[in-house]
Amino acid sequence: MAVRVEVGLKINLFDARGEKIKRQIRHAFPELSPSEPIRCLDVYTIDGDDLSPAWLSEAFCDPVIQELSINSLLTDDFSWYIEVGYRPGVTDNIGHSAEYALSLITGKTYPVSSARAYLLKDPFPRSSVGRIAQECLANELIHHIRIFPGASCSGIEPYIPVVGGIHDPRVEEFSLMLLDEELIRLSQERTLALNLDELKTLARYISDPQTVDERTKVGLGDKVTDVELEAIAQTWSEHCKHKIFNADIRYEEDGISEEISSLFQTYIKASTKEIRRLAGDRDICVSVFTDNAGVIRFNAEYNLVFKVETHNSPSALDPYGGALTGIVGVNRDPFGTGIGSKLIFNTDVFCFASPFYARELPPKILHPRRIFEGVREGVEHGGNKSGIPTVNGCIVFDDRYLGKPLVYCGTAGIMPARIRGALSHIKKIVPGDLIVMSGGRIGKDGIHGATFSSEEFHEASPTSAVQIGDPITQKKLTDFLLKARDAGLYRAITDNGAGGLSSSVGEMAQMSGGCLIELDKPPLKYLGLHPWEILLSEAQERMTLAVDPENLSSFLALSSQMGVESTVIGRFTNSGYFHCTFDGKTVAYLSLDFLHNGLPQMKLAARWSSPVITEVSTPEPHDHAGTLKEMLGRLNICSKEYVVRQYDHEVQGGSVIKPLVGVACDGPSDAAVIRPLLESNEGVVVSNGIVPRYSDLDSYHMTACSLDEALRNYICVGGNPNHWACLDNFCWCDPVSSPRNPDGEFKLAQLVRANKALYEYTVAFSCPLISGKDSMKNDYLIGDVKISIPPTILISVIGKIDDVRGAVSMDVKNPSDLVYLLGVTRKELGASEYFSSLGITGGQVPTVRAATARNRYRLLHKAISQGLVSSAHDVSDGGLAVCLAETSFAGGLGLRIDLARVPSEGTLSETDLLYSESSSRILITVSPDRAQQIEDLFGDDAACIGQVISEPYLTIVSRNRHPLIDEDIMTLKAAWHAPLDF
Amino acid sequence: MRQVKALVITGYGINCEMEMAYACTQAGACTDIAHISEIISGRFSLMDYHFLNLPGGFLDGDDLGSAQIGGLRFKHATIKTTGRSIFDDLLSCIEAGMLVLGVCNGFQSLVKSGLLPGNPFGTRRVSLTFNDSARFEDRWVNLAVNPDSPCVFTRGLERLCMPVRHGEGKFVCDSDETLQEIIEGNLNVLSYADHEHHQTMDYPSNPNGSVSSIAGICDASGRVFGLMPHPEAFIHATNHPTWTRMKRMSSRGDGVAIFENAVRYLAQ
Repeated sequence: MAVRVEVGLKINLFDARGEKIKRQIRHAFPELSPSEPIRCLDVYTIDGDDLSPAWLSEAFCDPVIQELSINSLLTDDFSWYIEVGYRPGVTDNIGHSAEYALSLITGKTYPVSSARAYLLKDPFPRSSVGRIAQECLANELIHHIRIFPGASCSGIEPYIPVVGGIHDPRVEEFSLMLLDEELIRLSQERTLALNLDELKTLARYISDPQTVDERTKVGLGDKVTDVELEAIAQTWSEHCKHKIFNADIRYEEDGISEEISSLFQTYIKASTKEIRRLAGDRDICVSVFTDNAGVIRFNAEYNLVFKVETHNSPSALDPYGGALTGIVGVNRDPFGTGIGSKLIFNTDVFCFASPFYARELPPKILHPRRIFEGVREGVEHGGNKSGIPTVNGCIVFDDRYLGKPLVYCGTAGIMPARIRGALSHIKKIVPGDLIVMSGGRIGKDGIHGATFSSEEFHEASPTSAVQIGDPITQKKLTDFLLKARDAGLYRAITDNGAGGLSSSVGEMAQMSGGCLIELDKPPLKYLGLHPWEILLSEAQERMTLAVDPENLSSFLALSSQMGVESTVIGRFTNSGYFHCTFDGKTVAYLSLDFLHNGLPQMKLAARWSSPVITEVSTPEPHDHAGTLKEMLGRLNICSKEYVVRQYDHEVQGGSVIKPLVGVACDGPSDAAVIRPLLESNEGVVVSNGIVPRYSDLDSYHMTACSLDEALRNYICVGGNPNHWACLDNFCWCDPVSSPRNPDGEFKLAQLVRANKALYEYTVAFSCPLISGKDSMKNDYLIGDVKISIPPTILISVIGKIDDVRGAVSMDVKNPSDLVYLLGVTRKELGASEYFSSLGITGGQVPTVRAATARNRYRLLHKAISQGLVSSAHDVSDGGLAVCLAETSFAGGLGLRIDLARVPSEGTLSETDLLYSESSSRILITVSPDRAQQIEDLFGDDAACIGQVISEPYLTIVSRNRHPLIDEDIMTLKAAWHAPLDF
Repeated sequence: MRQVKALVITGYGINCEMEMAYACTQAGACTDIAHISEIISGRFSLMDYHFLNLPGGFLDGDDLGSAQIGGLRFKHATIKTTGRSIFDDLLSCIEAGMLVLGVCNGFQSLVKSGLLPGNPFGTRRVSLTFNDSARFEDRWVNLAVNPDSPCVFTRGLERLCMPVRHGEGKFVCDSDETLQEIIEGNLNVLSYADHEHHQTMDYPSNPNGSVSSIAGICDASGRVFGLMPHPEAFIHATNHPTWTRMKRMSSRGDGVAIFENAVRYLAQ
């Protein structure tokens, strides 16, 4: 017998959640605008028949604010009752917590599923209520909706989502002696994402007489098992093997061709190698490109660990669950690096279509506003509940992200350089070590995530690829493992992300030379999983560890005491094989060498023809102040305070430069500074750079500008340019040419050019790449509709500030301070925010002069270190005009600026000067008594263009001495604040 | 002067234990951090400490309402070595003179287990519910200290500035009588205040809509204190959101004063 419990706020209290839902409905369906309050109830359905009302009440009801009803409606005062529960098998975090609460009281375990009910009083028609449920309250991919009309509703039957699995684990075998089209069909039917060449390589391996011989000894034959097929598909997926980045590419540029063997080796690894060579004993890299995250030195005792990933495809399907899993997933990368690091910050960057998108949506696409809110909330819950501050980030808007949003999530950790005497960044596994899985259980969640994300989003995209993260289970897990690490209870650790155990154990097995996984051992969430599903499941919150048998009992005891489930699921061997059994029978037996090195190298072609730069004359605004206000209200420029405030950006107590700064704590910070060691004044600096719209003109300059933006943001807050490193994160549209993708060669050429820029500029700035990620199929293809994202790179920089007390924020500080612009302005408005606002294509994209920029950044660092700088703000989206406005209103003081004094190269109009996005420029303010020192330091590279004034006006005077802009800074700030506040 | 021993609790979603322990240490206490499971296993005993800290976080994800499960655990989980509940030990310790500080989720724990306002201990009379904005918010607030409060943590302090970081911080009472009792007893230690340091109901100075702008309360003895804002988030001058605009800075954050008061009181 199931018991259904409803809990609601007492009727005299303000139902804030209901009010928020009302706002959301009003935004989504202006024509339905509810006039009556909406009541929001929590519903718990418990499978058990001996529960006393007192227990239920104690577990679920706060008697001060809530009321509860058992097996009856809490109220009949509604027109419509909408219940939103979970579909079978979807992670129900609230349900799990409810089970735990009941177990504390009763000492017994009762399964509980949670739901939420929304009581509408407005007498909407049934069809409208259905739309409200589907488009505001639930996502039918994961949710189960029930709607009851008020008039006839006397009670609601309990609904328990149960995975209807019969426990009949099976292993299927496939002969690969097939025709080409049959092989391809097999790959498509099982979402393997393997191409014909790869399938044939596998077929050759399996049918090789020597292989057959070895397989016969363990009870297999010349057929491949589904376990093996799936393990190969995962290991060889684009997601895991980066096939495009490692391909042989024939690159043609304006008729001249060049052979590139592996972009990754040629440009990314080679750059870091060169920088490290030149740095000599000043090299800060500790572990690069080998582990889950990159590792650099922080000081003599500690290292920093940093990784940024994307979770795009799942976020397109279920924005909340996808983004939540994205953030808690990337947490496990630095956590699973070396022998594990303590997590110190998150940084998130999102790319969405406009939340105000008003045209009809293509099939299977959620409205960008829903994606925005879902992603925002997923990252809020993932970050805040994990106790990791979200210190920096940004949001980019472009309607080409309609088909696939980009959700970049990054996390850094800190670890002692040595733990118990051993270097902490090195993993070691010896044959005989036990394979232990700790944390969550395995379900069908996220099966095929690795292969799914290696394809474009299509009609049959598997919905099982969606998972929902559980930050508290993960927090318990990381609390436990940090203790176990410091006690020396395990030897190596890695995370279970894409590809699940197949990936984590498969990769670790290379360290000992083999593994034996007993697939009947891992604990399951529910019955009904086949062995291949257990191996591939991407169920969250799990780490895989190598434990010395001698330490096993202590490891398991600590795990159990701290409420974490840990299970031995096999052992590491030196057999040379990736070996899996189920109930004692071999179900997979693949040579490790073949699994990891058998993948044939892809051969691709890329073709680039240099764009013709079209000279565009810049339209002059009729009303300069009005144009500035419009620019400030553009989505890529406007305030993101709405999002930032909802992220905890100062937990852990080390916040120094927050994302919002200035006199009213609402100015846009360039970068974040934190103090990870509370007893020290040494700080970590983190910044990001991303400008995908420049790809429209040239992905080479897009890449250079992204790096330059991240570096100048870093420099603005006081980061040390001799102690920095960066991550690259490519999100591309499919660069593999095919009938469905006719311009693949061009997109690959864009990728090649991006890599060339990355090499040249990282070397020029001496900023080593330490880790990265690529996501190559960010296209939407359903029916005739194809939407491809613009080629996008996110560069994330991490580094050090030696003493945080010298950090600088972007807001003006004192009246009469002088305003200096560092760097030269050119007529570079191609793909600028100003041209975009006018729909102008063409023009010159900003180019980065690395040598002068590097020198400028070093000098500014020197000036900041000497305390000469009151404020520093980078000039980026929207150019000088936007930078001046932000600097001014963040500090609550006016500026008087003389445009005639802005140094420029070439012929520029005043509008060009205001809105050009020339790179590497920084605006600083300086106390008059320090002006001479600044001018001595920078020489011609610093131009005094005006002064801070106490009157709250931004006054920009034209070359012929008339005021071009003379506007109240509060008006400017209001325009900047207005767009995003849901 | 005796050496004050402070205990900071962590585990199951608590996440401010490091900075809370750092604040205790800065204030002069000898500080340990104990995972709740280590209290239940008997490895740490509350009885061995003078000053108990319940830090912020998301106990059990706040999935059934903030600290709802945390309160149940205090009451129902039994300590392996003694068979007593954590709640029983807490009551004994409070009677014996222990100071208890609950911040944010820790305040919610004190309220949901009936330790605040604590008349009588164990009865829930107030609660912390969803902010009126229905949003989690991280923002710095001004706080006015009630000069007539018996609270030992705020002695000598008039005003404070520190961040709130919560989604469920709106203080409410079960009845007007309870609110009356809190105000008449000067148990309303801290109030959200505007820039002129007057109590306010205006958003965002009052970030959540708390009745009578209450940000923190204590019990009648003044030794059990809970507040939504985070004093342990202001342990270094550079924590302040406008520190780059200030001419002179003390090296230490103002939030430490709360911990210093506790240690000074206990050391006597």
